[in-house]
Amino acid sequence: MNSAYTVPAVALVAVATAFVGAFGLRISRTTSDFYVASRTVGPRLNAAAISGEYLSAASFLGVAGLVLLQGPDMLWYPVGYTAGYLVLLLFVAAPLRRSGAYTLPDFAEARLASRGVRRLAGVFVVGVGWLYLLPQLQGAGLTLAVLTGAPDALGAVIVAVVVVATVAAGGMRSITFVQAFQYWLKLTALLVPALFLLLAWQHDGAPRHPFAEPAAFRDQRTVRVDDTLDLRLDAPLTVTVDGTVDGRAHHDRTVTLPAGPHRVTAGTRLTFPEGAQVPEAEPVRPGTATASPAAGAEQRPLYATYGLILATFLGTMGLPHVVVRFYTSPHGVAARRTTVAVLALTGAFYLLPPLYGALGRLYTPELALTGKADAAVLLLPERMIGGAGGDLLGALVAGGAFAAFLSTASGLAIAVAGVLTQDMLPGRGALPARAVRRFRLGTVLAVAVPLVASVPAGSPPVADAVGLAFAVSASSFCPLLLLGIWWRRLTPPGAAAGMLAGGGGALLAAGATMAGLTGPGPLHTLLAWPALWSVPLGFLTMMLVSLATPGRVPDGTAAVLARLHLPEQLRTQAAS
Amino acid sequence: MPQDATGRRVVVTGPPRRTRRVPGQARPRTEIAEQTALGHTYVRSLMRSQLRTALTVFAVLVLMVGPLPLVFAAAEGRRITFVVLGFGLYAPLVLLARWYVRRAERNEHDFVRLVEDR
Repeated sequence: MNSAYTVPAVALVAVATAFVGAFGLRISRTTSDFYVASRTVGPRLNAAAISGEYLSAASFLGVAGLVLLQGPDMLWYPVGYTAGYLVLLLFVAAPLRRSGAYTLPDFAEARLASRGVRRLAGVFVVGVGWLYLLPQLQGAGLTLAVLTGAPDALGAVIVAVVVVATVAAGGMRSITFVQAFQYWLKLTALLVPALFLLLAWQHDGAPRHPFAEPAAFRDQRTVRVDDTLDLRLDAPLTVTVDGTVDGRAHHDRTVTLPAGPHRVTAGTRLTFPEGAQVPEAEPVRPGTATASPAAGAEQRPLYATYGLILATFLGTMGLPHVVVRFYTSPHGVAARRTTVAVLALTGAFYLLPPLYGALGRLYTPELALTGKADAAVLLLPERMIGGAGGDLLGALVAGGAFAAFLSTASGLAIAVAGVLTQDMLPGRGALPARAVRRFRLGTVLAVAVPLVASVPAGSPPVADAVGLAFAVSASSFCPLLLLGIWWRRLTPPGAAAGMLAGGGGALLAAGATMAGLTGPGPLHTLLAWPALWSVPLGFLTMMLVSLATPGRVPDGTAAVLARLHLPEQLRTQAAS
Repeated sequence: MPQDATGRRVVVTGPPRRTRRVPGQARPRTEIAEQTALGHTYVRSLMRSQLRTALTVFAVLVLMVGPLPLVFAAAEGRRITFVVLGFGLYAPLVLLARWYVRRAERNEHDFVRLVEDR
């Protein structure tokens, strides 16, 4: 792809982000400014900021990539991302704001008066945050590699550096402006090319079989296989091979492969004739025998679909970068209205990725073979429109993708850095200047760990990795928040046990899946989609242990619950 | 309308408000502030009404979304999945959210009126 426009577009986004961030730096002065913008952000700006932060690489690239790979069932992801906000609104938004806490560990301590539960919640915030940062950085690497041929890690490093710079310099206030700006940038970057793509599709005779199984090449297409993979052919296939197939070397020779499995070695070029069906492919990874959770449509049973729904619907409320934004609302009523605006903004955005996914199946089906399905959004403008116009639109999309990485990564970095600074790093600074310095150190740590972890190749697709983060959040923080807000018998031992059982179980399952420890079969399905067992486990453990320790109900429970639920106007009058 | 009404200023007065509390008849607001048993009952009633509203909307969400995977599994072809999941659910989600916010704010409003004894 022509990088003459792409590199400036990506650079422009990075510079604009830093510029808007610097604008915020001039007005953030105190520690409170750093964390929660001193709670003066109005619903509209806050809603755009929340949406800008929430629409990550998984939304911008991953959804279309998954639709291309596995068809429209994958649209449960964006539906779940949005519906998660509705559940958050129903049970959590206003009480969470009224709790007066800055972060999830703050909430745990305020509600349960326990340092231990606070620390445990902090560990989970860091765990979920790192799990979610990882795919952002990998996505950035993929984007830059696809667009410019740069080494895989370069994009990740660029994103990490810009994020650390903006977050450490300005904290949350500047980030609020940055995020709001990036929502509109991301929407524009998908909307404008989508309109042109739809026109090109119309011009092409509006072909209407994007989900025909299997997909077919619309013209002769040469595919370079970057990672060794296994093809499964249902019917004999005639291709031109330049490289190694089934251990035999070919040099630009046309061969007919019989039906059955074939191994294509990395570096091989396959040229498919027009109309050929796209074969099913499975990447072969050194050291692991398993496919990624997103291997094939037929491997995703109803169980997995319901697991995904549960994880996304209930996991949103516990995502550290989402929750921290609610403390920036001035009061509980504003927190609710902000959430409705967020639902509208994210819902509007999510109308676009399905279009890219469907068009990707029509026009870039070979991406399923190269393991770069997430690049469909980036490649479509060039493929369908071409010329300078296609390049320009491609550059716009690339800029939007970088905005997606930057915004989500900085939100996560703030949340993780906040917890690291307050609860994990030794030495509490009393002076504001020292507190700010420690926050900067926390930011570096928050980004450096997932950056290092993102270097090994062979990771699951962007949206699937994010799905695991949601599952952990849904099994640990969702029980803590729901029971903490609505159930007066919750005790510190119960909360700790529930988070450990549910969240810990999901975290172990996520780790085992990502490390490839599970063989194929039912065990793999159970561990790759843990929410369906880990969420009930978390709730049940929390409730049973709480009921078994009735003497440990904190003394101030009634007062805390009153504060969570009473409208602010009553509280101030009652206090005066 | 009288001609001279515009030029004349009128002082409106009323009887002084009674701020003295009748003994034994505490105001709900004070009960809540002082965290008496009666005050907790008031808070509980607000929590119950809010939780009822939230659960109602949640039930609608579950009924709307829950059967969809089964429907898609039973349906021929995948276009219906694409259309419903891609474009059909966001507007209902926003409408549900708006309805909930209106109800929740009304619950709070009613509660404030009850507590302030107006």
